[in-house]
Amino acid sequence: MTSTADQATPAVVDTVSLTIDGSEVTVPKGTLIIRAAEQVGIDIPRFCDHPLLKPAGACRQCLVDVAAPDREGNVRPFPKPQASCTMTVMDGMIVNTQHSSETAAKAQEGVMELLLINHPLDCPVCDKGGECPLQNQAMSNGRPESRFIDVKRVFEKPLALSSEILLDRERCILCQRCTRFSKEIAGDAFIDLQNRGAMQQIGTFNEDVLEFDGYEPIGVAAEDESGRAFSSYFSGNTVQICPVGALTSASYRFRSRPFDLVSSPGISEHDSSGAALRTDHRRGKILRRLADNDPVVNEEWITDKDRFAFSWQNLNDRITRPLVRGDDGELHEASWPDALAAAAKGLRAAITGEDAQGAAVLPGGRLTMEDAYAYQKFARLVLDTNDVDIRTRTASDEEEAFLGSSVAATGLGVTFGDLEKAPAVLMAGFEPEDEGGIVFLRLRKALGRQQVFTVAPFLSRGAEKLDATLLSTAPGGEGKALAAVKGSTAASEALKEAGSVIIVGERLAGSPGAFTQALALAKRTGAKLVWIPRRAGERGAVEAGALPGLLPGGRAVSEASARDAVAKAWGVDALPGKQGRGAADIIAAAHQGKVDALIVGGVTPSDLTSNLSAALERTGFVLSLEVRRTEVAEYADVVLPVAPPSEKSGTFVNWEGRLRGFATALKTDAMSDHRVLDILARELGVTLNTATVGDVSQQLGALGAAATKHRPAAPKIDAPKVDAKPGEELILASWHLMVDEGALQDGEPYLAGTGRTAVARLSAKTADAVGVKDGLVTVSTQTGALELPVVITEMADGVVWVPAKSPGSWVAQELGVEPGARVMVKGGV
Amino acid sequence: MTDLTPVLSATWDAEQSWKLSTYEEHGGYRALKKALGMDKADIIQAVKDSGLRGRGGAGFPTGMKWGFLPPDDGGPRYLVVNADESEPGTCKDIPTMLSAPQVLVEGVAITSYAIGCNHAFIYVRGEVTHVYRRLMQAVREAYDAGHLGKNIHGSGFDLDVTVHAGAGAYICGEETALLDSLEGRRGQPRLKPPFPAVAGLYARPTVVNNVESISSVPAIIDRGVEWFTSMGTERSKGMGLFSLSGHVERPGQYEAPLGITLRELLEMAGGMRGGKKLKFWTPGGSSTPIFTDEHLDTPLDYESVGAAGSMLGTRALQIFDETTCVVRVVTRWTEFYKHESCGKCTPCREGTFWLTQILKRVEGGQGVDADIQQLLDTCESILGRAFCALGDGATSCISSSIQYFREEFEQHITDGACPFDHSASALFEVTESTKATEEAHA
Repeated sequence: MTSTADQATPAVVDTVSLTIDGSEVTVPKGTLIIRAAEQVGIDIPRFCDHPLLKPAGACRQCLVDVAAPDREGNVRPFPKPQASCTMTVMDGMIVNTQHSSETAAKAQEGVMELLLINHPLDCPVCDKGGECPLQNQAMSNGRPESRFIDVKRVFEKPLALSSEILLDRERCILCQRCTRFSKEIAGDAFIDLQNRGAMQQIGTFNEDVLEFDGYEPIGVAAEDESGRAFSSYFSGNTVQICPVGALTSASYRFRSRPFDLVSSPGISEHDSSGAALRTDHRRGKILRRLADNDPVVNEEWITDKDRFAFSWQNLNDRITRPLVRGDDGELHEASWPDALAAAAKGLRAAITGEDAQGAAVLPGGRLTMEDAYAYQKFARLVLDTNDVDIRTRTASDEEEAFLGSSVAATGLGVTFGDLEKAPAVLMAGFEPEDEGGIVFLRLRKALGRQQVFTVAPFLSRGAEKLDATLLSTAPGGEGKALAAVKGSTAASEALKEAGSVIIVGERLAGSPGAFTQALALAKRTGAKLVWIPRRAGERGAVEAGALPGLLPGGRAVSEASARDAVAKAWGVDALPGKQGRGAADIIAAAHQGKVDALIVGGVTPSDLTSNLSAALERTGFVLSLEVRRTEVAEYADVVLPVAPPSEKSGTFVNWEGRLRGFATALKTDAMSDHRVLDILARELGVTLNTATVGDVSQQLGALGAAATKHRPAAPKIDAPKVDAKPGEELILASWHLMVDEGALQDGEPYLAGTGRTAVARLSAKTADAVGVKDGLVTVSTQTGALELPVVITEMADGVVWVPAKSPGSWVAQELGVEPGARVMVKGGV
Repeated sequence: MTDLTPVLSATWDAEQSWKLSTYEEHGGYRALKKALGMDKADIIQAVKDSGLRGRGGAGFPTGMKWGFLPPDDGGPRYLVVNADESEPGTCKDIPTMLSAPQVLVEGVAITSYAIGCNHAFIYVRGEVTHVYRRLMQAVREAYDAGHLGKNIHGSGFDLDVTVHAGAGAYICGEETALLDSLEGRRGQPRLKPPFPAVAGLYARPTVVNNVESISSVPAIIDRGVEWFTSMGTERSKGMGLFSLSGHVERPGQYEAPLGITLRELLEMAGGMRGGKKLKFWTPGGSSTPIFTDEHLDTPLDYESVGAAGSMLGTRALQIFDETTCVVRVVTRWTEFYKHESCGKCTPCREGTFWLTQILKRVEGGQGVDADIQQLLDTCESILGRAFCALGDGATSCISSSIQYFREEFEQHITDGACPFDHSASALFEVTESTKATEEAHA
């Protein structure tokens, strides 16, 4: 209610009026001169200034002439030119920039001359050349020729700050944008100023400089977690905001010139935040990705995964033509008509005839809303089944009821802005730094003004950077932990403050009763509740109804009238009424040979605890829609190539419920899943009407949100008590680190190098009981084992934490169990 | 003829002058006891009325600075004494702390009481370990005698004093860089506002004063405002330490009323070395524009020195006679600024780097015609453009020396060599080994 009231009557802002280069401008009180000038279209050259960073006043490039009224109201000129990036406006101030003041122009020219004396002027070989603020402003505000005839300062080059970020110190103009970003925004000061005078430089924390022994300032976890200097998940932003070519990325360095690139706007496919991107490509090849400025979502920041992980789309295993399994048992390239015919034949056999056991669909969670819509419509119209589920991850019926009752078709709910303003945030089953980088940055922006609580087995470094309070919980115990947030507990009191937010992650699906309790907590405290899944396609798929019990718009399959409404809209008599099976049940059935055909979208078998490969092997007909030739193809009868995100258009719905539409960056003949399914449906005699993004959005628009009576009921599941105690059998905790071995990070070794080394975490008490102090531990189940270095961590007893898919720690594949399960832990190998 | 007025230096020649007992025998801590019986506002008013101006160089009225503190909000407020004396030629705080540290400690106690501070800090230049040790001992003695600590002399006033040693950076004499350094951060000047009076040390209201300013407070309280204002000139009241160094017969600290002239001071100091002719001198350390023999009769007070084109600064009078090469001196000073520039802002960081290279070339006879203009242009690009006053200070000696001795610069360029015999200006005997040492330094 508060936010609506705010919108209705915008807060009265105190303004001041001043004159800049003769133009009158009125801006809010406290505005910096440089920002006020921007508003009247006056560009003052600058380097250290950045609108999202605190003022520094270091480069002195933005000097202007200022006169301001004194106490008696007489306008008096300042004796010296002033830095417009640090001085705030005053009523009656008169500012003269380089356009109208000789002094300002001279001061700027002087600073520019000084900036260039030690700069190598190697623009012809510099990545930044052509898009470089230093180069551009040297042209606009500098001397045509250098007067410097002496010896420039040089440094060894480049300095590798991480495997991804390289620093050429001689190009650096010491504006401190990168160090301020890492301190103020990301909170991981992995670089800082060192030395002084002309030898001042940006450096890493390592033993060669400052005599640190490397990791001391960062903390125990960091020390043991990684065999190298700590790096950041957000370091790529420093490359983008560097106003010179000092910071470059290993993956882009020396690859191209900016003026040869074509830039296309896009949306990140890597998480549910829907960060705005710019894809730069040349002759059909992506060279790099940058953050686009979207103040309501990602501001000007993206994660390193958003930025650097795009090679996966064009690796050698990319499929561009359909494949059909021949009589020889091998896959052969085939024409589209032949492949579609083969696919149609296989599917028809599975759904017709007396013995037919039917087909099921596993679209995967990385799709656009349009693709998800097409998959579920295909399942329901063509295959006559509700066996469609994008949740190839931990999932539960409780979760589905939660999504249907409280998430689907609820429109724009909690926003990034709300997170920033929230006086208190409680997170459960969600690690923002790892599972939603942009969410992390936004929460961090509120550091000091916001109380953060996290229901987790330990305080991760990300949560530490948010100054979060840990509500220590063993996996499975989240429901009880949320129920305990009541009465006069600190978290309960904090959440009662208007505007507070409860964040639940998709991992809560593995914890019975947790969603039920989260809803109850929201009701109890009045805090807003938001679901933040990990993968980009999750929310769109919920909207589109790509769940076994959920139709588009939040309609319950179980409600006959809801089915009828959708059937009517689709122009068919009826929709299948039988409750569908979830992904895990589908795979389990396939394993027993009870599914005749499977359509598999973007699913990576190693992400699943169940043995998908074995299930596929036992399934009569497997149709794979994929960008790359994956393990699924080994068992597929027909493989149809589909477009990767950069080669298609569509919509990701981010966790806020915001539609993040994007256009095709690279025009190729690759088709989106929804279009391929449309053609395939036609081959099977059904009009799916999902050929274009427009077709789908028209239908989703027409369907709208479900009437309340059509929605599934909110879940009511009891939360069990979890008995976690030190011993050989421990409860498994796990989540995906941001940079790990996920399929969408393939082919990017520089990024992979910035990931954290896999470790197993145990509390001291648990480690004692297991009998380990350091070295390796073996975490095992009947399926397999992981051998990882142990890190003693202050955390819940009786729990072992390992990363979900980091090098050497592929939990789903090796252990075959989900977090919350019991695993054996013992010291040594 | 002006006479010396030893106040801070009054006990320097006493036996074990640094001891608390010696200080007390000479009337030490009388002022503190008097102050503790006074209204705080009256102490501040007395310092305001005395006209005491900051002795660290800028000359800002001390009482007014104290008056900038916001009203007491119950939270801590701090007094920080800037004892990071590092300016070339400046040599007054270090002798004071070495010879009479208790006068500073007493000043700290009175000032802290007046401004409502219960924890004061003395930030001492780290290189002077002997001073650091002596100051620590002085503070210890003062605690033992009840001049510091809890309930000082039954007044109910508590004060802790922390002596902190810097780590060797000239920039930490800049008050906000000093505060950052004191907080354990990289010593670089802070953006102002907020000013230290509002958000200084640990973001709390803070007064930062120079050693000599604070050390002057006990005498003002003890002997009264009238006594203090009887010394000095109309707007530069009181006495100050004048540090004479260089080509003078008896270098040292001369405590005299502000407004004294160099001619008078030279007379006290036994004249120029060997009766040679004065060539140039600094009125207030290397950051103040140089003077020549035309300025022998300029009264050394804030206004007169300012009117003559320089600054009173720290009253560090470095005296150079006719044997001295001005290019050589200016090059050495500039090397200092290059070494000490903190690196934060472009003009100072890059400018001092460039100036040093040009000056070294000119001094070495490799200058080109454009160099003198380049020196002036580069100074112009630094002066008033840098983040703090360090950059401004770095340009003073260059612009002023070109103003007075342009021909000498030109001669270096046209002759392709320095016209001076460096051994003649040395204060030591120049031998093959001292030459080798100097070359090694260069």
